[in-house]
Amino acid sequence: MEKPRLDLFRGTLDVLILKSLIWGPLHGYSITDFIRRQSDDVLLVEEGTLYPALWRLENKELVEAEWGLSENNRKAKFYRLTSAGRRRLKQEANNWETYVAAVAKVLSAPGLDSPQEPA
Amino acid sequence: MKKIPFWRRYARLLGADPVSDVKDELRFHLETKTDDLIRRGWPPGAARQEAERQFGDIRTVQHIGERLGEKMERRKRFNDYLVECKRDVRYTLRSLRNNPGFAVVAILVLALGIGVNAAVFSVVNTLLLRPLPFADSQRLVWFMGGKSIPAKMRAAAGLSGQTYTVDAYEEFKRNNQSFQAMTAYQTFYNSVQYKLTGSGEPRQLVAVEVADNFFSTLGVQPGKGRDFTREECQKGGPPAALLSYYFWKNQFDSDPAIVGKAVTVNGKPVTVVGVLPASFDFGSVFAPGMKVDMFVPAVMDFWRTWGNTLAVVGRLKPGVSVAQAQDEADRLFPHFKVIHPDWYEDYASDLTTLKDHVSGKLRRSLVVLWFAVGLILLIVCVNLSNLQLSRAATRSKELAMRRALGASRGRVIRQLLTESLVLSIAGAVLGLCFAFAIVFYIAHQGSMTLPLLGSIRVDSASLGWTLLVAVSVGVLFGVAPAVKMSGGNLQHALKDNGSGMASGRSHERFRATLVVSEIALACVLLVGAGLLLRSFLRVLDVDLGFEPSHAASMQVDYDDGGKFAARGPILQEMLRRVSAVPGIESAGIADMLPLDRNRSWGLAAVGANYPKDRDDSALVYLVTPGYIPTLGMRLRAGRDFAWSDTPDKQHVIIINEAAARREWPGQDPIGKMANDVDKTPVRVIGVIADVRESSLEVASSPQVYIPMTQNPDAEGATLVVRTKIAPESLASSVLTALRTLNPSQPASEFRPLQSLVDHAVSPRRFFVLLVALFAALGVLLAALGIYGVISYSVTQKTQEIGVRMALGATTGRVMRDVLASTLRLTVAGIVLGTAASLAVGRLIASLLYSTSPWDARTFLGMVLALVAVALVSGYFPARRASRVSPMSALRNG
Repeated sequence: MEKPRLDLFRGTLDVLILKSLIWGPLHGYSITDFIRRQSDDVLLVEEGTLYPALWRLENKELVEAEWGLSENNRKAKFYRLTSAGRRRLKQEANNWETYVAAVAKVLSAPGLDSPQEPA
Repeated sequence: MKKIPFWRRYARLLGADPVSDVKDELRFHLETKTDDLIRRGWPPGAARQEAERQFGDIRTVQHIGERLGEKMERRKRFNDYLVECKRDVRYTLRSLRNNPGFAVVAILVLALGIGVNAAVFSVVNTLLLRPLPFADSQRLVWFMGGKSIPAKMRAAAGLSGQTYTVDAYEEFKRNNQSFQAMTAYQTFYNSVQYKLTGSGEPRQLVAVEVADNFFSTLGVQPGKGRDFTREECQKGGPPAALLSYYFWKNQFDSDPAIVGKAVTVNGKPVTVVGVLPASFDFGSVFAPGMKVDMFVPAVMDFWRTWGNTLAVVGRLKPGVSVAQAQDEADRLFPHFKVIHPDWYEDYASDLTTLKDHVSGKLRRSLVVLWFAVGLILLIVCVNLSNLQLSRAATRSKELAMRRALGASRGRVIRQLLTESLVLSIAGAVLGLCFAFAIVFYIAHQGSMTLPLLGSIRVDSASLGWTLLVAVSVGVLFGVAPAVKMSGGNLQHALKDNGSGMASGRSHERFRATLVVSEIALACVLLVGAGLLLRSFLRVLDVDLGFEPSHAASMQVDYDDGGKFAARGPILQEMLRRVSAVPGIESAGIADMLPLDRNRSWGLAAVGANYPKDRDDSALVYLVTPGYIPTLGMRLRAGRDFAWSDTPDKQHVIIINEAAARREWPGQDPIGKMANDVDKTPVRVIGVIADVRESSLEVASSPQVYIPMTQNPDAEGATLVVRTKIAPESLASSVLTALRTLNPSQPASEFRPLQSLVDHAVSPRRFFVLLVALFAALGVLLAALGIYGVISYSVTQKTQEIGVRMALGATTGRVMRDVLASTLRLTVAGIVLGTAASLAVGRLIASLLYSTSPWDARTFLGMVLALVAVALVSGYFPARRASRVSPMSALRNG
C-alpha cells in the first residue's frame, strides 16, 4: 500500500530540524534522512526548503555550523544546536503538543449539542 | 563527525567565502544522494540526474544561501570589530592605570579645553543659533525708526530717535500687506509709576504697557487666566493687569486664586486677568538686565498726543521675507509723511528680524569667543600629541613587537586611536561638569545686560557639540602620534638600543613643530586678549562727566495733589529732610540718570537760521537744584538752578558743552535764549562738562537740564545722595525722613551710582574676562608644552650632555644651550603667531575702543610675556641638564 506523504506545515520544519540535532551535529543530508526515517517515510523534507530553513536558523543563531568530514570522507557542513536553539526546541515542542491536543479534541467531538437558548 | 585533518583547517585561510560555502554544502548533498542511489542499484549517470531532479530548483536555493551567508558574514565581522574595540579599550584602561600621571594630566587638559568649548557653545547657541523663545520666532520683525537720521544723531537722540508715535504705528498697521499682525509696547515704561499697596509694604512695580495684541502676536499664551480684551485696552476700559511669572511667584506665592482678583495699584483696584508663563521673560529679550513685574494695556488714545514712545514688532505673513517687508516700509512711511504734513519726521525704518535686534550686536563678540576657545582646543590637541609622543619612546618597543607578531599597521593605529578617544571622552565627561558650572554661573549674572541670559543652558545641542568636539579632538591629537609611532623601523625599535636614537630624532623634529604651533596659537590668543583688555581699560578711563563713586540713587514718590505750583516747595522740603540725615553730604532729584533711560526734545538758539532738515534733538533731564553738584557733574560756566527758579520767573536751562558747541559755536552761551524746550524761550544759565549718557563708548550728544520747579513733565523722580558711608545703612533713615512727608513712599533700596556704570560696561567686562581667562589658559597649556618638549629632549640627550661635560663643557654652557633651543622654538612661534595676530586684529577691530588692532604696546607686551613664560618653562629642564653628572650619564648610557 502506498504510504501517505504529507507536506509539512509551515514552521514545523524548524522544530523538526532542531529536534534532529539534539543528539549531536548532523549535516543537511542526514537531517532529511533522520526526519524521513523517524516519521516512517511519512514526512518528506524537500532539499529546496531544508537548506534555506537551516541557514535561517543559523542566521538566528539557533544552530551553528562547522565544516567537518562526513562518514564517506567528504567535506560537509555540520550543524549543531546552540543553547538558544535548545530553548527554542523545548518551547516549540510544547506549543506543538498543545496545538495537536486541541485540534484532536475538536475533531473527535461527539456531535453538536445545540446551545441552550436563555428562557 | 570525524576529526578534521590539519590541512583542512586552512581551507578558508584567505578569509570567509559564503558563495563557495553554499556551493560546497549543496555539492556534498548531491554527491551523497547520488552515492545512495547507486548503492540502491541506479546506474551512476542516471543516479546523478535523479539526485538533481529530486533537489529541485538548485539555483534559487543557492541564491538564498549566498544572501544569508553574506549577511551573517557581515554581522560576524562587525562582532569581531566590537570585540577588538572592547579589547582595545580594556588595553587602554590598563595602560592608563599603569601610567596614572599621564592619564590625569591628559584628562585634565582635555577637560579644560572641551569644557570651555561646551560652555561657550551653550552661550553661542542660546544667543545666536537657537530661535527666540516665541512661536515661529523667525517671522517676528523689529522696527527701528529714524532711518533717515544720520547714524550719529540717531544714536544721540536715544530711544526717541528709534520709536514711533501712535499715529505712525497705527497707519502702518492699517496699510501694510506684509504683516499678519503688528504690535507695540511703550518704551518709556518708567514715566508712569506703579505702586502696589494693600499687600504688605508699599512696593514700586516695574510695569510695561503693551498693545492689546502684544502677547498673541508674539505667540505667548498666559499660563493662567487670559490675555487682555480689546475693551480693557480702550480709554476708560476696566483696569487689568497680567503678572509676570516671577512676580506672581514672589509676591503672591504662586497663588492661582489671584487670577480674577483685584490688587491695588496707585490707589486704584486693578484686576489681575492672568499670569504669564515662566518661559516668557520680557527683559531678557527687549530690555536686558530688567525684571518686569506686571504688564498693563497701553491705551493708545492716551499716548496719541505724545511723541515717539512705541517700540513696534510685527509678525510677517507666511512666505513674506524681511526684505519684502522692508521694501514696503520704504514705500509706505514717506507716503504717510506726505498725507500727514503735521508729522515730526517720516519714520523711515530699518526692519530686522527680532532675533537680529536682540543678539545682532553680540554676534562679533560671540564669534571671537568661539574662535578663542577653538584656539584653546587646538593647543590642547597639540599638547596631547606631544604627551603621546613622549610616551612613544617607552612604547616603541612594545608596538614594534606587536607588529612583528602580525598586527597590521592599521590595527596598531586603531589601537592607539582608541586610546586617544578614550582619553578625550573621559575629558569630555569631566569637561561637561566644568561647562555646567560655567554656564550656571553665567546664567545667574542677573545684573549683566546680556539678552537671553537666564535661558543659557547646556542643552542637547551643547551635548551633541561636545561629543563632536571630543571625537574630533581624539582623532586629531591621536592620529599624528599614532601614524608616527606605528611606522618606523621595526628592527631598529626591537634592537635594544636604549634611547631609540634614530626615531628619537625624527620625533623631536615633529615635537618641535608642535611646540612652535602651540606658541603661535597662544600668541594669537594673548594678543586678542591684550587688545580687548586695553580697550576695556580705555573705556573705564573715560571721563564720565560725573562721579559715580560715593553716590547712590533711589526711586522716590511725592504727592503734589496735582497742583504743579506746590511741587517746588514739596521737593525742597524733601531734599532738606534727606540732607539732614546724618552722613548725607548732599542730595538732589532728577527724573532720569545718565547711562540709564533717556528721552529727547528739541533745542534751538533763538534768532539763529537753521537749515530745514537740521537735527535739533537734545536729551532732556528734569532736575532739582543741587542735583548737578550731587552727581559730581562739573559746572564749566554760570550757576546751578536755585529754588528761587519758580514757574512764574524766567524759565532757565543748563546745557552741556556739546549743546553749547552746536547752538552757540564760538560764543558764550550764558544768558542766551533758546526755543523748543518750553512754551516760551528759556535762558541758558549754566554750562556743564559733557556727561556720558547712553554708553561709555559713545561721545556725549547735546543735553539740556531743566529745573523740575519750572517744568511739570518729569518722568518719575530719582533721589541721588552723595555720602561717604555705605548707602545701604542710610536707606531706612532716608525712607523714614521721606515718609514723614509722604506716608505712601514705597519701600526702596539705594542703588550705588557705580552700578549704572557697571551695568553699562557689563557686556564688555564679561567678554574681556572670558577672553583673558582663555588666553591665560592657552598660555598655561603652551608653557606645559614647552616644558614637556625641552625636558624630554634633555632626558634623551643625557648621554650626550654627559660626554660634553666630560670633555670640559661648563654647567653654565650646558644650561645656556638648553635655554637657547627653548628660545629658538619660542621665537619661531612668536613670529608665526604675530603674523596670524595681525590678521586676527582685523576680526576684532570693531570690538575695540580707541585701540588700534595693531597696537604696538600690546604686541610688545605679548612678546615679552611669551618669552618670559618660555624661559621659565625651559629653565627647569635646563637646570636639570646642567646637573647631569658626567660619570653616571656615561655609565648608564
